[in-house]
Amino acid sequence: MENQSRQVVVPGEPLEGPGLRPGPGTYRDGGRIYAALLGIRDERNGVVAIIPLSGRYMPRPGDAVIGTVTDYGHGHWLLDINSPYPAPLHAIESPWRVDYGDTQSFLRVGEMLLVEILSVDENCRVQVTLNREGLRKLEGGALVEIAPSKVPRVIGKKGSMVSLIKDFTRCRIFVGQNGRIWIDGEPDDARIAEDAVRLIEEYAQTVGLTEMVHGFLEKKYGRKAG
Amino acid sequence: MGDTEKKVKLIDSDGRRNDGRMPHELRPVKIEAGVLHRADGSAYVEWGGNKVLAAVYGPREAHPRHLQKPTRALVQCRYNMAPFSVSDRKRPGPDRRSNEISKVISEAFSSVIFLEQFPRTSVDVYMEVLQAEAGTRCAAITAASVAIADAGVPMRDLVVGCASGKVGGVVCLDLNKDEDNFGEADVPMAVVPRTGQIVLLQMDGHLTAKEFDQAMAYSLGAAQQIYELQKDALRRRYSVSLEEFRAKEATASPEPEEEPKYDVYHDDQPGVAE
Repeated sequence: MENQSRQVVVPGEPLEGPGLRPGPGTYRDGGRIYAALLGIRDERNGVVAIIPLSGRYMPRPGDAVIGTVTDYGHGHWLLDINSPYPAPLHAIESPWRVDYGDTQSFLRVGEMLLVEILSVDENCRVQVTLNREGLRKLEGGALVEIAPSKVPRVIGKKGSMVSLIKDFTRCRIFVGQNGRIWIDGEPDDARIAEDAVRLIEEYAQTVGLTEMVHGFLEKKYGRKAG
Repeated sequence: MGDTEKKVKLIDSDGRRNDGRMPHELRPVKIEAGVLHRADGSAYVEWGGNKVLAAVYGPREAHPRHLQKPTRALVQCRYNMAPFSVSDRKRPGPDRRSNEISKVISEAFSSVIFLEQFPRTSVDVYMEVLQAEAGTRCAAITAASVAIADAGVPMRDLVVGCASGKVGGVVCLDLNKDEDNFGEADVPMAVVPRTGQIVLLQMDGHLTAKEFDQAMAYSLGAAQQIYELQKDALRRRYSVSLEEFRAKEATASPEPEEEPKYDVYHDDQPGVAE
């Protein structure tokens, strides 16, 4: 079963199995299910899905993402959220009382924000908000970009992986679902945190990843946990 | 063209071709995926003397804006030959021939990519022919389809390009340079190997209906062989880290702790962790 779940499949490959239903990354043709993506076969509760190994971030409502301001209008800012679509942040969705045409004095082009996807319509028009607990402007720090499909591994179950990195490096870390990770801390610590993230990205498909990262951090910090 | 040149003997008395192949044999094909780091997906194909590099970007916002389709993605292809790809220097830049090839290739890919999943975007495919020796469009399609899969773009199946033709009165698979120049016909096509659908078909020269069927059968058969090479290239690209880890695991203590299985589509994880 372990091996089965890590099998790399290629677009067009048939996904066999009795009574399976097609999940994300698959399609049905003539009563059979085929893979639509290059990825890893994932079967649970009678649904086969393909976990992508690469690909662009597609916005989903409720996702927390890290965006950078690329443009502004009279009542909104345009954010780049690392997806094919730009995401407008309307002034009402910000915590400030913004006068018409005064958007520039709150956010400038190039600034980083942690925002939440508010809605995505059928034409993939995205709206984001800054009015949720924990959402904020990100000042200082550095961005690391990884493949969006590997974000869940960086977070870990119930945030276990980020917590591990934070405990050791004493950095502030935000992980956006769009594959952008913001790290802020002492330069040496931040570098180790970045290396840990890169390690997770590279070995994302492997079993016992937490152990591996724990070992890596212990070696860097000489056995003392943060 | 053949009349002005001195007549080349294309098929010898044993029925072998001028490079020693039998009529149904392919030239050696080598495929590698993920060769470029800046592109979202890439592939490199060596097919006989052809060397083709393919890079894919996207889906990304389509530019120019007026080309955007409100309900689906575009496939924009660029087939280009390097000035040094042929024996006489090729004048660089797009010309009538490469514009046509770009167009037919983009139509071929439009029929296999799930375009309706990415409205208003474009999937950009760049194919650079570094060295040409007959059959570059087929090699380009083969490379591009691996690159599209490598980029994580959802598609129904990979696409394989393959040509057949007629030389010295014999129907042959995968013509080489001399056969292409002095032969009677060349039929490049692109097929979807799983279903046998044909997504590109061109013909230069004349064939009888029977010869055409034979050429088609050759190409469809060869497509299955190349399909296996494509799949192998994609698997190799992503199995490296797995093997590395297995080797490491074999030496280390074998106790994999309970690990979340890398789930992207399940909402039990917090989107952000402070």
